[in-house]
Amino acid sequence: MVKARVYIFEVFLFILALVFLSPIYIMVVNSFKSRAELYENPLALPTSFSFEYYIQAFEKMNFLSGFVNSLYVTVASVVLTVILASMTAWMLARTDNKWSKTIYLVFVATMLIPFQTIMMPLMQSMNWVQTHLNIPMMNTHEGLIYMNVGFNASMAVFLYHGFIKTIPVALEEAAELEGCNKFRLFWSIVFPMLKTITVTIAIINIMGVWNDFLLPSLVLTDKSLRTIPLSMFYFFGEFTIVWNLAMAGLTLTIIPVVIFYMFAQKYMIKGITAGALK
Amino acid sequence: MNTKERAWFLLFTVPLLFIFTTVVVVPFTIGIFYSFIAWDGISANPKTFVGFKNFIDLFRDEQFYSSAWHTVKFTVLSLLGVNIVGIVLSLLVTSNLKVKHAARTMFFLPNLIGGLILGYIWKFIFSDVTTLLGEKTGMDVLFFNWLLNPQSALYAMVIVFAWQMAGYTMLIYVAGILGIPDEMLEAAKVDGANLWQRTTRIIFPLLMPAFTICLFLTLSGAFKVYDINLSLTGGGPFKATEMFAMNIFNEMFTFSHYGLGQAKAIIFFIVVALITLLQVVITKKREVQM
Repeated sequence: MVKARVYIFEVFLFILALVFLSPIYIMVVNSFKSRAELYENPLALPTSFSFEYYIQAFEKMNFLSGFVNSLYVTVASVVLTVILASMTAWMLARTDNKWSKTIYLVFVATMLIPFQTIMMPLMQSMNWVQTHLNIPMMNTHEGLIYMNVGFNASMAVFLYHGFIKTIPVALEEAAELEGCNKFRLFWSIVFPMLKTITVTIAIINIMGVWNDFLLPSLVLTDKSLRTIPLSMFYFFGEFTIVWNLAMAGLTLTIIPVVIFYMFAQKYMIKGITAGALK
Repeated sequence: MNTKERAWFLLFTVPLLFIFTTVVVVPFTIGIFYSFIAWDGISANPKTFVGFKNFIDLFRDEQFYSSAWHTVKFTVLSLLGVNIVGIVLSLLVTSNLKVKHAARTMFFLPNLIGGLILGYIWKFIFSDVTTLLGEKTGMDVLFFNWLLNPQSALYAMVIVFAWQMAGYTMLIYVAGILGIPDEMLEAAKVDGANLWQRTTRIIFPLLMPAFTICLFLTLSGAFKVYDINLSLTGGGPFKATEMFAMNIFNEMFTFSHYGLGQAKAIIFFIVVALITLLQVVITKKREVQM
């Protein structure tokens, strides 16, 4: 009896999870259907598998270029954020004076500022830098990466700072007595100890930068520079009514995310909980 | 600090401080000045100082009030939706069932997909799948184009937001539940507490820290929502789902009222900061020490 009840609950939970993901199912099945078939029954499985819409969507969205652009912007932004924020947070945590305390407080306080409060003056200043100092901040990936690092900084510093405070300082003092300089001390002794929090910060930022739409839409104007959310936005604007094509495009954009999730799942679930509970 | 130590300090902190200052601190400060200026965003045109006029104007702007009201409604409904679903899911996936790990992975998946993409998927569901189902089943009370009706369009946004965020809060509640010592629940069981009592008297009070975090995340996330708003409803029908963030964006970049838009953005910042701080203070007070 008890076994049967457990079995029913197992099935129930699994079905619930499947129902939860039904929007994904609807997206995928309709990406294979012809127009007539789609309007016949949007919930049914496709009777024939045609990859026609995928090929069309792939070309019209310029998917490959969007993917490469997204990958470059995400990897560069996250690597730079991790390097610079860990160094900064370590110095702030290990220096006990009013300067380091003030800087830390500024980082934490700015976490409350919504993006919309900064976006317009930020675009104005970056335009100014571009025209007066001749540094190409607007309409370049590097400019976008620079701004991403700036926006990711406060949360990364906050998380690193909290983590470093829990590590005993004795090991670092011993290394310094041996004559190890701060740079080597940090990269060969401290940074390896920050592994868990680095994974958390990297994952939070990878998801944030990869899915970001508003900032890249303001910075990038060239078609060839578009990241995936941007190319999806323009693609969708053009083909809203052609649902099967739109669904194929949407499925394409989700595939990289799902693959990443399959590989990094363990770290992601751990990392996200660790980050939130800090 | 001696000179050498100071040099190391600067070497480690200045690169990030420079980027952070130019991207966040300086624009934020300039933004305060912009809010006292009337300007249409074209650099050849003059920027005129208008004092507090923008702030007076925005409090007379009916669209600003209505978008504030939509945002509040959306936020309250989302808070309830996200956290109720999140808690229920977390209780399900901390059971002894074998499928719990698979279920946890599946419930979290929507959170990885960006708001823009999610909005597009659901746009198809709420506009076309529902209408077709309504025609087929005759249940057109439930199945109609949700995005054409001001009321249901807002609910549609809540559903999409809850679908995205529930898995995230689930993970945090799961961590909270797993942190409760088994002996405590066992002891309660021995003392004769039933499942309902164990859940409401032991699990919920000890989940308060997780609750604080989830409320903070959903509150600020819902209040600042933009991507889902843009892709699912575009603010429509008749601006009935235009949220705060979209109203600010349109004021600046669609109507080219840069000063007025920036004044709204400053008010937006103050409101977001106050609400989140207040919420953290209130829930922190109610946390139970183990």
